[in-house]
Amino acid sequence: MEKGKNNLLEVEDLSVRVDGRHILHDINLCIQPGETHVIFGPNGGGKTTLLMTIMGFPRYRITKGRILFKGEDITDIPLDERANLGIGLSFQRPPVVRGVKTRDIVVACLKDKNDPGTAEGLAKKANLTDFLDRDINHGFSGGEIKRSEMLQLLAQAPELALLDEPESGVDLENIALIGQLINHLLGKIHPIHMRTHSGLIISHTGHILDYVNARTGYVMCNGRIICEGDPHDILTTIKEKGYRECVSCPMK
Amino acid sequence: MSDEVKKASTGNDIDLSLYESQTAEKPSDIDPSSLSDEDKQQMMSAGIMLEDLSQRSGTYIQIDNAPVHSSVKQDGIEVMAISQALDKYGWLKDYFWRAVAADTDKYTEHVDSHRSEGYFIRALPGSKTLYPVQACLYLAKNHLVQDVHNIVIAEEGSELHIITGCTTAAGKEAGIHLGVSEFYIKKGAKITFSMIHSWTPDTGVRPRTSTVIEEDGLFLSNYIIMKPVRSLQAYPSAICNGKNATVRFNSVMVATPGSNMDLGSKVFLNADGSKAEIVSRAITTGGDIIARGYIEGNHPESKGHLECRGLIMGDSGNIHAIPELKGSVAGVDLSHEAAVGKIAEEEIEYLMARGLSRDEATATIVRGFLNVDIEGLPPMLHAEMKKAIEASEQDLF
Repeated sequence: MEKGKNNLLEVEDLSVRVDGRHILHDINLCIQPGETHVIFGPNGGGKTTLLMTIMGFPRYRITKGRILFKGEDITDIPLDERANLGIGLSFQRPPVVRGVKTRDIVVACLKDKNDPGTAEGLAKKANLTDFLDRDINHGFSGGEIKRSEMLQLLAQAPELALLDEPESGVDLENIALIGQLINHLLGKIHPIHMRTHSGLIISHTGHILDYVNARTGYVMCNGRIICEGDPHDILTTIKEKGYRECVSCPMK
Repeated sequence: MSDEVKKASTGNDIDLSLYESQTAEKPSDIDPSSLSDEDKQQMMSAGIMLEDLSQRSGTYIQIDNAPVHSSVKQDGIEVMAISQALDKYGWLKDYFWRAVAADTDKYTEHVDSHRSEGYFIRALPGSKTLYPVQACLYLAKNHLVQDVHNIVIAEEGSELHIITGCTTAAGKEAGIHLGVSEFYIKKGAKITFSMIHSWTPDTGVRPRTSTVIEEDGLFLSNYIIMKPVRSLQAYPSAICNGKNATVRFNSVMVATPGSNMDLGSKVFLNADGSKAEIVSRAITTGGDIIARGYIEGNHPESKGHLECRGLIMGDSGNIHAIPELKGSVAGVDLSHEAAVGKIAEEEIEYLMARGLSRDEATATIVRGFLNVDIEGLPPMLHAEMKKAIEASEQDLF
């Protein structure tokens, strides 16, 4: 763990309760500007809970520890203010909002960045031009939902993007496009030292690493981070031996 | 005529003897732009444009029981007071009280017995309105019963777009609006009828509307009420008698505290391939709403769907959704969905995660809720409906 003034995100000793159940225990992680980190782990291990807590959903009660964003303690500030500070989340299962068009949300995300045609341009990039005037998420396929989430984040352009299983339910053809959109979102078209946007990506399968480079990997199990290291090394171990190996790993 | 025998089947009873009734006045013709700014402002709130008539194919204005203006800007389209039309066309009496029975209830009887005025709008065979025809029914005098009898005919292969705005003069109180409307849609014809109601907290309103649709005819009805009203009850019906006759009713209603609305749409599917879709959106911020819907399938190849959704905002008010389906033969395909509740927290938080405040997220969701997708509506009309909804929204939050 690298602590320092330059961290974009610092999570310190974070414990979280959801609907009365303790889900996360003593989580610590740091992300510097321009870095992408990825969290592996079995289902039910607390990965989504961590992202939802960082984003600030009220259902996720912080019982211990704190969250710092750009050096500011955001532990107690509400969801929308965190979004406006520069945190964005792609939902794994976003709700349908009937009557609210994809365009409405994209334009809301753009705020004052909305030059005429910006929404169209981004939609074209996400191959969602025909979806701008449809009710958000209504009748969208798994891949369309992922791309629509990426489209909204591209409009929002958060400094920290929290991506919850961006590749799940996406076919091979679309996964490359999702990868491109993530790279665009995280500024990976720029040289490393010029990147300012960071990502924290949940990946159950690790497929996304074929398209998006990450600096640090974690394994999360039973609400704890049990391993931190090179994401490709971690993934290779998981692929060979499964998560059971991580649980009994002497490194933790 | 006795109030006792002919009470309406639904809605609170209104004692008409407490109000002044009058026989209709003779049609006159004033320049609409000469109306007072105050009146024009009120009419504008109900979607009626009077300063510039170039974006309208025709205009009809009735103040209380007097037709004060009718004009038409396009060949093949007719707009006049109903008394003038009856003088001009002997055949019109065959359409009079055919879709709506004069003895339906005491309100239709009141309209019948006061030689009521109203509009006659007709598209000749094959004629299509370039711009909407607008009609304004304006209630100006205190404690008055306004009687209206309208007839709309779309001849074979024609298309008619009509915007009707019903409203009251500012600062007036306790009037009653009784409106009978009969629509006849001939073979292959289409009527888009958009009605905006903008009443006052003291007004009582009892429209009685029915539409007869022949082969390949199409009726799109859009209804919006977002301003307070003391008591409003309407249950317009459409009768699909011709093959492939199609109807869609969209209603958007917002009941503020003290408002009582009993509103629905009723469709009879009597022909091969006839189709109905009823969509209603109800919001209460404290008023009472009964949202009805009825589809009756009497032909094996008929199809209908009814969607009724209600949002309760705030601590009081109630919404009673009553969707009804009746099939009288095997083969009908009828369905409905109804939902009454509050805005889902999950949806609010979804938008908040994009940086919208809680209030902005709520407003966005409510706007979406009211934004009924209106198929087949020309973009200009769509924009005007949207404008009317947005203008009223300012009072909502």
